[in-house]
Amino acid sequence: MNVKISMQANGAKRHATVPPMKRLLDVLRDDLGLTGTKEGCGEGECGACSVLMDGEVVNSCLVAACQADGAEITTVEGLAPDDGPLSAIQEAFWEYGGAQCGICTPGMLIASADLLSKDPRPTEATVRETLSGNLCRCTGYVKIIESVLAASRMQKRPAKKAAKKGARR
Amino acid sequence: MSRPKSRKLGGVVGTNVRRKEALDKLTGKAAYVADLEVPGALWGLTVRSTQAHAKITSIRRDPSFDWSGVTVITAADLPGMGCGNVVQLIVDDQPFLAEDVVTHPEEAVALIAAATREHAEEAARHLKIDYEPLPPLFDAESEDAVSFKDYLIEKGDVAKGFASADVIIDGTYRFGAQEQAYIENNGVIAWHDGSSVTVRGSMQCPYYVHKALKRLFDLGSTQVRVAQTVTGGGFGGKEEFPSLIAGHASLLAKATGKPVKILYDRAEDMVATTKRHPGRVKHRTGLTRDGKIVAMDIDVLLDGGAYATLSAVVLSRAVIHSAGPYRCDHIRIKGKVVRTNTPPNGAFRGFGVPQSCFALERHLDVVASKLRMDPVAFRRKNLLRDGETTATGQVVADAGESHKALDQALKQSDYAGKKKAFAAFNSTSRYTRRGIGVASFLHGTGFTGGGELYLMSEAGVALTPEGTVVVLAASTEIGQGTRTVFSQIVADTLGLPYALVDVADPDTANVPDSGPTVASRTVAVVGRIVADAAKNMGDALAAHAGFDRATPWSEARFRAAAKKWLADGKDSRFIAKFANPSKQVWDEKAYRGDAYGAYAWACLVAEVEVDLLTFEVTTLALTSAQEIGKAIHPRLAEGQIEGGTTQAMGWALMEDVVMKNGRMANGSLTNYVIPTSMETPPIRVITLERPYAHGPFGAKGIGELPMDGGAPAILNAIADAIGLSMERIPATPERLAAEWLASGRKPLIDERRDAGFAPPPRAAKSKARRA
Repeated sequence: MNVKISMQANGAKRHATVPPMKRLLDVLRDDLGLTGTKEGCGEGECGACSVLMDGEVVNSCLVAACQADGAEITTVEGLAPDDGPLSAIQEAFWEYGGAQCGICTPGMLIASADLLSKDPRPTEATVRETLSGNLCRCTGYVKIIESVLAASRMQKRPAKKAAKKGARR
Repeated sequence: MSRPKSRKLGGVVGTNVRRKEALDKLTGKAAYVADLEVPGALWGLTVRSTQAHAKITSIRRDPSFDWSGVTVITAADLPGMGCGNVVQLIVDDQPFLAEDVVTHPEEAVALIAAATREHAEEAARHLKIDYEPLPPLFDAESEDAVSFKDYLIEKGDVAKGFASADVIIDGTYRFGAQEQAYIENNGVIAWHDGSSVTVRGSMQCPYYVHKALKRLFDLGSTQVRVAQTVTGGGFGGKEEFPSLIAGHASLLAKATGKPVKILYDRAEDMVATTKRHPGRVKHRTGLTRDGKIVAMDIDVLLDGGAYATLSAVVLSRAVIHSAGPYRCDHIRIKGKVVRTNTPPNGAFRGFGVPQSCFALERHLDVVASKLRMDPVAFRRKNLLRDGETTATGQVVADAGESHKALDQALKQSDYAGKKKAFAAFNSTSRYTRRGIGVASFLHGTGFTGGGELYLMSEAGVALTPEGTVVVLAASTEIGQGTRTVFSQIVADTLGLPYALVDVADPDTANVPDSGPTVASRTVAVVGRIVADAAKNMGDALAAHAGFDRATPWSEARFRAAAKKWLADGKDSRFIAKFANPSKQVWDEKAYRGDAYGAYAWACLVAEVEVDLLTFEVTTLALTSAQEIGKAIHPRLAEGQIEGGTTQAMGWALMEDVVMKNGRMANGSLTNYVIPTSMETPPIRVITLERPYAHGPFGAKGIGELPMDGGAPAILNAIADAIGLSMERIPATPERLAAEWLASGRKPLIDERRDAGFAPPPRAAKSKARRA
């Protein structure tokens, strides 16, 4: 039995009629055409499928479609407007070599962007801890961490309100 | 950090230009194989053996199941389809589908295609395969194990060497398999229209797949087309295996007349595909009392699994590197790779060298300790110097770079300072110990021995109608930055802006066979061919346009010359062939001579902390100095070294392929643990450059070197920390604890409990999990 769900995906209202337990990952990829989000393991270990759901990073392979009904979802495609300028985190990953094969990159970018929105000046230790749910087999994480710290420096000084939200944990 | 400029005066080689292949990966636009939408494509599925070794007595379709819309292929169907059943590689022993006997768990027995994955999986549950078990062999060290390949390398007279030795020291070292664990699983899509076949997919070597499909379907070169899709990591795991998957998908496409997708999930990818060869290495080393190595007797044994695949060449590289970067006049190296009833082991970054390097570098620390010598002083005494010879008798002009790598790694890690600091730390810390360890190593660039002459790779450049240049090569971008470095090499060879050069997609319909994307050969070997082709292009264009060849090109002059060239109907493509620039001479029979065109040299210093209550090892820092000829793109080169070093750390400490009855028992990323950002320490990278005369702009191979020395350096650091000389990796907490107890030492956790403390829960530091 299929259910009709709707979500705000990258700022646009989207609908899908899917089995209620279909993975959010598959809804995004198959039904909404948002193939930027990747599957690496299908069991919540690798983080390649990370998306933002109502402002929290989730593994979309572990979220059922019915749980995402009415949610606001951001995927890698939502980090920068089509043909518009890249976001700071994307620029930094390009500049500092944060992406090699690129398959973990969408998830890394989502987790990193979320960190910077909540903690605009994270320490290296915070970056390491925050990204520890996102596996990368290429980089040894060195250039990913450099990229996040560089993006932090590239961002405009945060407004007071955002700064108050402060540290994640 | 300053922003790199892409049009820096004096060229782009040696600068951190922006990667050509990055933008699509950063915006989610890059199309990996699973992202391709193919209307009407069927889902292909592989039905696999549940037995390690058995006779197939029957394959039955459950009559109660509705088989309409389902296509099933078994080996019995292949002759009727006009197809062969041998996976083309080195030895003709592996079938696409098992015939009468299965020889390993997860061997492909049948193929199923249906409109959806669910339907195909349901059908697979109704396909009944009956087996009559045969005795399996899992122990590669068993005397019953049949050899796929043996090697013998002899230098000097090893008996004479031992006769002159004051001390002889033996050691035996064992290592487990390692899973490549690329984050993108294997996958392909195949089309077969009756007379030609097309495959797109995740792969390192399009022409390997091309050859395999030509043979499977008995087709000519132009009837088979293989194109790489954006590939999410390979590390060797997508060198030979994609030929098998491509064959499976193409067979289903031929049988159904529809495109077929085969996309492995993580579990299938881990249990069914190739891994790094497990095995053991024995060392017997003769030394003078003052620590000079006078004889080395080395015996390498690798577990090949059920089919030959690439085992012979993995073993070849393992034995050639097994004496390391050391001077010794009397060496004997025996190597053997045997057949067992596990899935075949295959290519993984380092290709045999991490195994033999682990044994040697661990053994040399044991030797130094028995001689009461400092391990660094011992290495310094024995490392090759410029112009000395390797185990195969190859004279290496730049061998002394190994000393510079050692010096730099020691200096940048503050080795001497850490030694003192750790001793002080250990004297006051009750339950943790710190230690520091070193490994020196080398890696040969390109195919072994006569391999490059056998390949005779071709690559080239082509002019576009707009007067820009496109590189033509089958060498794939799998994360290392192939498009970028090829573009840099061509831009600087011609003196053109980086933006004027790009690289064509590796598609056998359009690019020549530049050989496989393996063996640290893409920049050093193929890059040189590309540079040669670019130079030919520049010379031809200049001559045709009447320009002085000595005058550097401006963009405008180049575009004008290109337009004139094309307007006059000249061929837009300039293809060059491998020209053996280093004049390598190799005796395949005696296994002597120039094993490689060049070697890159390295030293790794590892710092660890061992918790004596839980035996968890924390890697505190890794310092890697690598002499690589020339870093074409320094940041990408660092990325290779950091990533390879991290994979080596994983193999040393946590990546444990647990085999039960020949099958990987922990085939998931939950149970097979690879390093996260928490376990990976800061990695200091020092790149040293002594240009290699025959590499493009001096470059040598770099992809595999960083994988080679990590495990022994870390294990040497553990020995330094707690005095346990581990002879087996991975050194998991369980193995370390067992060794600690076996050595007669007390479990400190008892002492702590007796003192009134509860044992601490195992630190939950490794993965911050999300719901």
